[in-house]
Amino acid sequence: MSELSLVAELLTSQYTYVLFAFLLVVGLYMVVASSNLVKKIIGLNLFQTAIFLFFVTTAYVREVDGEAGSAPVIPEEAVAYDPYASPLPHVIVLTAIVVGVALTAVGLALSVRIYAEYGTLDVETLREVRADD
Amino acid sequence: MTEELLPGLLIAVPILGATLPLALGLFRKRVGWSVAAVVLAIEAAIASWLAYAIFVDGQRVIHVLGGDNFGRQQTEVGGHDTEGFIVGIELVADHLSGLVVLLVALVSLAVLAYSRREGPRGNAFYSGYLLLTGGLMGVVMTGDLFNLFVFLEIVGLATYALVASGRSAESAVAALKYLVIGTAGASLYLVGVGYIYVVTGTLNMVDVSRVLAGEPAWVADVIGEGSLYGDPLVAAAFGFIAIGLATKAAIYPLHTWQPDAYAESPDAVTIYIAALVSTSAAYAFARITWTMFTPDFFAQSAAGQDVLNVFLALAALSVLVGSVLAAMQSRVKRMFAYSSVAQFGLIVIAVGVAVHPAAAGTRAVEFAVYGVVIHLVAHAIIKGGLFATAGAFRSGSGARLVADYAGLAKRRPFLSGAVAVLGFSIIGVPPTVGFIGKWYIGVSAVEAQLWAVVFVIFASTLLTLLYVARLLEKLYFDYLPEDAPPHAEASAELATDGGRGSETALPYGVASLVAIATIASVVLGFMGAELTAMLEPLVEAVIEGEPEVGA
Repeated sequence: MSELSLVAELLTSQYTYVLFAFLLVVGLYMVVASSNLVKKIIGLNLFQTAIFLFFVTTAYVREVDGEAGSAPVIPEEAVAYDPYASPLPHVIVLTAIVVGVALTAVGLALSVRIYAEYGTLDVETLREVRADD
Repeated sequence: MTEELLPGLLIAVPILGATLPLALGLFRKRVGWSVAAVVLAIEAAIASWLAYAIFVDGQRVIHVLGGDNFGRQQTEVGGHDTEGFIVGIELVADHLSGLVVLLVALVSLAVLAYSRREGPRGNAFYSGYLLLTGGLMGVVMTGDLFNLFVFLEIVGLATYALVASGRSAESAVAALKYLVIGTAGASLYLVGVGYIYVVTGTLNMVDVSRVLAGEPAWVADVIGEGSLYGDPLVAAAFGFIAIGLATKAAIYPLHTWQPDAYAESPDAVTIYIAALVSTSAAYAFARITWTMFTPDFFAQSAAGQDVLNVFLALAALSVLVGSVLAAMQSRVKRMFAYSSVAQFGLIVIAVGVAVHPAAAGTRAVEFAVYGVVIHLVAHAIIKGGLFATAGAFRSGSGARLVADYAGLAKRRPFLSGAVAVLGFSIIGVPPTVGFIGKWYIGVSAVEAQLWAVVFVIFASTLLTLLYVARLLEKLYFDYLPEDAPPHAEASAELATDGGRGSETALPYGVASLVAIATIASVVLGFMGAELTAMLEPLVEAVIEGEPEVGA
């Protein structure tokens, strides 16, 4: 019974964490299972986005025992908002998004070069082509 | 006072310098090498100054990014005194990072000398090279978990680009494989950082360590008395961070990117990334495990201990599998690449032994710390030197396979001698530096009475002998094929190896890098006492679970 209520609570109030785990695993599965290089990169993006969403989720700070968290940039009155979003994780996510974009760009550039050389983006075909060389 | 600027400069100089080869390249071709040489000479000077401040004056140099508004200040948050918690990002140069900073600066300069003649040429290459140097400096010195992620990715991006700078299409495939696995690893590290942030509310390594230990008064008010070590989220965070950094350091079974990346990149790039990139990841793993999680965490958290044991087992597998795979390779570069998998397995073993509950209270902690740091430096020097000889054999004699090395000792006495010395060093034959590192790692496992680990360490010596002996046997005891053309891929270049006029020239840069690595691997072997004396404050910090080394 208690396990059931735990699952119920997870799905009703903490569903963003479930979503995070789901997207993370889907992204990782795409990276591992897809044989197309571009799809692998898309999977990697999904994987990273899941982590960004995790950070955004954790930024929501609820009131505990009458004490709300307060962030330096938020004026005194704003603390009344509950939940309010802590700005630090958002900054982190912004930085991580930039890193992710740079990685995607490099990954796609490498894919273009591989396609130009071998005429395929499929990992299996690529392996056969390279074995023939 | 001015020392405080040095850590910032060490990162800013190469990253700003990275724009110069491309910008000046608009006006002149071939300006890249000279620019990189000037920037890295400045970098080496700054690094030496910093090392002097740390090791001679005994300072712990801290640079807070962002000026006076940031830093450790007395502020009240929600009625709780934060006890000088940091606002902003700090760069820390202490007895651990100072040594690695010096290593990065000197290796960068030495490998640049190699690339003078051997290439790859082109201004974009040198921009990437400087960017990689700046990223490595950042990884080594940052005191902030998220900032470490950013620098890991800067290192990653620069490495992917450099690996792909090879002419063959194979290098692009290797780079993409590295990119996919490396990014997944870094992202897993980021998950761990997120968990830590959720638990502690801070990202600074020193502050995280204090909060986890439950030291600040507000932790007791807000979260409750006692440490946070028992929180399953902390053990999960350690697991994610360890997996992420193990991927970057190429520990079995996360090593699959590494042999391709090393084998397919241009020789100068192979030397550089083999010497430093995995080293920086292993260093970050040691720093986070020792000074952030501290031995207390592993002593008090059953889950943390389980995760640690899993990592010890993986690292042990890495040693065995890496060595066996190395012995099976036919290409020399791949052989050395798999050898790195084994050597980093040894380093991760020692990182784990230092914080393992079985080692607590014994001298095992001390020996393991010595072993990790000395072997990190030793591996960088030895593997850099070995890849340099492999590169020189390839460009001078066209030898790529182990079989191609047959009888080459007669034609290339200097290079073959270097391979022999460096090879003995990686096996761990005294009096080389490889011996000291491996000796301390072995002794620490004995002191901690982790007999399975002891077995693996001594088996690794035999397995290393297996592939080094295979190469040396080819070089010295095999006959040169009669019908072999005297210069397999010899171009019309002057002079010779050792000046005897039989083969193509050995450029000065190549010769000096090989000579420096060989000499350093022996000379450092006689400096064991000095090296361990330098690490004394680090040992104290690890034993006492103190996050600020040498403070």
